[in-house]
Amino acid sequence: MQNEDTTADGTPEPSPSPPDPTFRVNRREAIGVGLTAAGVVALPSFEGGKAHAQTTPRGPAIGATLPVRFMVNGTDVQIEIDPRSSLLDVLRERLHLTGAKKGCDHGQCGACTVHVDGRAVASCLTLAAKIDGTEVLTIEGIGVDALHPMQQAFIDHDALQCGYCTPGQIMAAIACVQEGNATTVERIRERMSGNICRCGAYVGIVAAIQDAALKMEV
Amino acid sequence: MQPLTYAKATTLDEVVAALTSQGEGVRLIAGGTTLYDLMKLGVEQPRSVIDITGIEGLAEITVGPDELIFGALASMSDVAATPALQQDYPILTESLQKAASQQLRNMATMGGNLLQRTRCNYFRNGLAYPCNKRNPGSGCAAVGGMDRGHALFGGSDACIAVYPGDLAVALVAMDASVDTQSARGLRSIPLVDLHRLPDQSPDLETILAPDELILRIRVPAVPYAHASTYHKIRDRESYAFAVVSAAVALRINDDRVGAAHIALGGVATRPWRVPAAEAALVGQRMTPALALEVGHAAFDGAVPGQHNAFKIELGARTVADALMIATQRSTRT
Repeated sequence: MQNEDTTADGTPEPSPSPPDPTFRVNRREAIGVGLTAAGVVALPSFEGGKAHAQTTPRGPAIGATLPVRFMVNGTDVQIEIDPRSSLLDVLRERLHLTGAKKGCDHGQCGACTVHVDGRAVASCLTLAAKIDGTEVLTIEGIGVDALHPMQQAFIDHDALQCGYCTPGQIMAAIACVQEGNATTVERIRERMSGNICRCGAYVGIVAAIQDAALKMEV
Repeated sequence: MQPLTYAKATTLDEVVAALTSQGEGVRLIAGGTTLYDLMKLGVEQPRSVIDITGIEGLAEITVGPDELIFGALASMSDVAATPALQQDYPILTESLQKAASQQLRNMATMGGNLLQRTRCNYFRNGLAYPCNKRNPGSGCAAVGGMDRGHALFGGSDACIAVYPGDLAVALVAMDASVDTQSARGLRSIPLVDLHRLPDQSPDLETILAPDELILRIRVPAVPYAHASTYHKIRDRESYAFAVVSAAVALRINDDRVGAAHIALGGVATRPWRVPAAEAALVGQRMTPALALEVGHAAFDGAVPGQHNAFKIELGARTVADALMIATQRSTRT
């Protein structure tokens, strides 16, 4: 897939035109959740850019950018995206929320797991265009003031070694508990099977989820 | 990935109109777990994708006295978690629960699941290899190739790719049908007829017209479906496609089998019902020996390749185990 910062034909993104007044950032909650400055979120639109100039009267031209608006960790984001983008690439490359990881990029490893409207999804297989109007929760959005019980449990139970899969494991684990599926070891293992840990920390992960399930307010 | 346009439809008319006017370069997207994956691999190259998840009324889950209805946009996870189904139709909920991962089940829809495309590696990852499904007329690298995961039933010299889904196998066993919509109106298609045999045109996977989409799935209600299972054997215990699977439901009266539903997954080019094996059960008293005999009957006519002949015995035993599980469940009070 092309880099997010190029236009559809691969040329460098045109210099930002003066900020578009319709392209604003609203903060529902002014909390530090990883989006530290307006400039991080208020990305330049492609207004006047090459791609937009291809618009035809019958609808958007092939390759034209697409406006989407959604909540990320309580922050209102409006952004112009390449329609091919995955939610994972938008989070990481455009919003600089690099907690969710790109492992396989095909929905097979779970490292990219985030919540959309309260449900765990593989953000790499989620077309970002489909996210318009939803609420996204990433690892940056939990444990803001103090560690989330699941984060603490992962530490307490040595539920990681290298840590690369951990943001996805934790987001999947929180969903597992919230869905009421952390009731038995077998159930936890089945529900967590979409998250691969190459270091093999599975014993610790299951123990952490059992522990956190007792402490989480579901 | 080539540039594309994205549009979100809110009505069926819009979708049908777009499918009619835009022709081959348009694809419908719901969960996207198959389509977007194949777009990243360069196998699917749509110029336009139309998001159908904004269409109202297509996500219903109804467990009625006469039939079950699943809207095409109902998610796999929501259907799998429906208590009435878990209790009375384990064949359906197990087929969903044993498929993919929770993340993907949350995303993927019932209609899209039926239309998922094969996991044949030559199709997905083998742009350097011939594949009649991906590139009609180019040949089939799987025939005589690494065919451990390929079909023992329904193949041709042009294609032996397995239909990879679980849900459709269970639904075919239960005599389900789909309601569809096209510019010519509504129609109902028995699910057993939805997927085509590959013959010489493996690129044509279903009988759906180019402007036709699935609206809902209907399953006739039967009072004995608690005596059922979707028994799936995988290379690992979870989150894997079937090496072989058996969807089984039994009506047992006075210790005798009154009706049997058996379909096979993971071993055929489309969901594979086995009527001869079903007929061999009717009127019989179930025993482990009979179950194994019927399991072998289910694999009569299997055509193995170089690396998948083991599935004949494995499959027979999978069917036998499934029959015994369903029999046990028939005695619930």
